[in-house]
Amino acid sequence: MLLAIDTSAGTSVAIVDRDRGVLASRDSADTRGHAEVIGSFIADCLTESGIAISELSGVVAGMGPGPFTGLRVGIAAARTFALGAGKPVIPMVSHDALAFGRTEPTLVTTDARRREVYWSLFGAPDADGLPTRLEGPALAKPDDLPTPDGYARLDAATVSAAQLGLLAEAMYVHGRSFAGSEALYLRSPDVTMSAGPKRVS
Amino acid sequence: MTAPLVLGIETSCDETGIGIVRGQQLLANVIASSMDEHARYGGVVPEVAARAHLEAIVPALEEALRTAGVTLDELDAIAVTSGPGLAGALMVGVAAAKALAISLDKPLYAVNHLVGHVGADVLREDGSDIELPTIALLVSGGHTSLLLVRDLIDDVELLGETIDDAAGEAFDKVARLLGLPYPGGPQIDRAAVGGDPAAIRFPRGLTHQKDLEKHRYDFSFSGLKTAVARWVEQKRDSGDELPLADVAASFREAVADVLLTKAIAACHDHGVPRLLLGGGVVANARVRELAAERCAAAGIELRVPPLSLCTDNGAMIAALGAQLVAAGRRPSTLDFGADSTLPVTVIQA
Ligand SMILES: [Zn+2]
Repeated sequence: MLLAIDTSAGTSVAIVDRDRGVLASRDSADTRGHAEVIGSFIADCLTESGIAISELSGVVAGMGPGPFTGLRVGIAAARTFALGAGKPVIPMVSHDALAFGRTEPTLVTTDARRREVYWSLFGAPDADGLPTRLEGPALAKPDDLPTPDGYARLDAATVSAAQLGLLAEAMYVHGRSFAGSEALYLRSPDVTMSAGPKRVS
Repeated sequence: MTAPLVLGIETSCDETGIGIVRGQQLLANVIASSMDEHARYGGVVPEVAARAHLEAIVPALEEALRTAGVTLDELDAIAVTSGPGLAGALMVGVAAAKALAISLDKPLYAVNHLVGHVGADVLREDGSDIELPTIALLVSGGHTSLLLVRDLIDDVELLGETIDDAAGEAFDKVARLLGLPYPGGPQIDRAAVGGDPAAIRFPRGLTHQKDLEKHRYDFSFSGLKTAVARWVEQKRDSGDELPLADVAASFREAVADVLLTKAIAACHDHGVPRLLLGGGVVANARVRELAAERCAAAGIELRVPPLSLCTDNGAMIAALGAQLVAAGRRPSTLDFGADSTLPVTVIQA
């Protein structure tokens, strides 16, 4: 059983079980207000699912790609929840949740703001029904996206933590490795190096 | 009832602070600073600070628990800074605190960063109680505020604050135009050694009679910064050597003078013979020295917490949280957000 948290787009929290599926979920498509809702979403999912925290086997963290301010809220919450519960963090690439369950090769995109998109290119699912990410996640201007033949396109406004959690369960069953532990910002911090002080007189 | 064991989380600027207190007793004060990462930019870059918080928060929590010799289960409550500060940085702490509190089933208190600076005073080693009312002068790279504190958890009034740059920011900017690295405070201190603080009469912002009517307790440092820049440019244009020590000492004197003049005026006006200093600029030798001189002359009791409790830290947040717990205050509800402009009158969000 897993608690899954993803704030790479809106805010999404779920509790999933390998056998029983989605036990509870809360989703908001709002691309702001992650920090406000994250607590009540987690608390609501725990209450609604009726599970005890000790029953969880881990905490899934959607590592992005996603706009940084919101993305960090979910990762921070997943990390400290896991610390408090004494459970491992399971980092996942958020885009993989979008491809999970699709049967055709797909180009997945999500909003990166500033007239750019995050994208990942997935082939058809593998023999175990798991997504096969061929390229990405990466950042591009909409005009520069790859347009390979035979690929469906999915422009997603939300990422479901329930899907991400179910995928993590399936990956665990099939002995797959999870994502790295770093947040997938895919952008450097906005910093303009100072050219030195400007004259005032 | 034994004093409450509280863990505090502070991420309002560039320090990830985790503190643990038992009532008024300090057990751990772990600070992970991203200052070095900001040095090459000459100031705090909010996105760099927020990224650093995300990576530092769990290691800092673990270290604080180790230092205090307590386990998460033993905590009575968790406290977190919900504002004011940098929004993206605050959000990391807020989200982390909420999730931690839920996973432990512990009450959570969202508290005000500025009032937290005052709360640091309850952690005094001699164990004596904070004496109230007090005037509090809180000066850092992020804020410059003058408060009247009648009750730590019930009654804090903002008397004035900076209308442009924070004092710490002025130190950073002047250091840069003098060719000194970031952070500016210690650099200016070093450069000022042997300098004459009266060599150059730099302007004291918002101290003229007409300004005092509207801005009696407010501060302004951007005019001072420009005045120093102009003075330095003229000196360089004329081909003379720059008297670095005099410039640094005179600039520092102008900042310290205006800070203390207004703070002492607040003590007099409100009949409060106590002044508490807080914030990273307290590290500045001349600010501390002038505070001691002026307070002694005016018969005002000066209190300066140890430096590790003056700069941003989680212990002061835990200490304020412990005061709220001890007073039987209800925990904050889970829906509070990060409020970059949280007013000081909102002690608990
Ligand atoms: Zn501060």
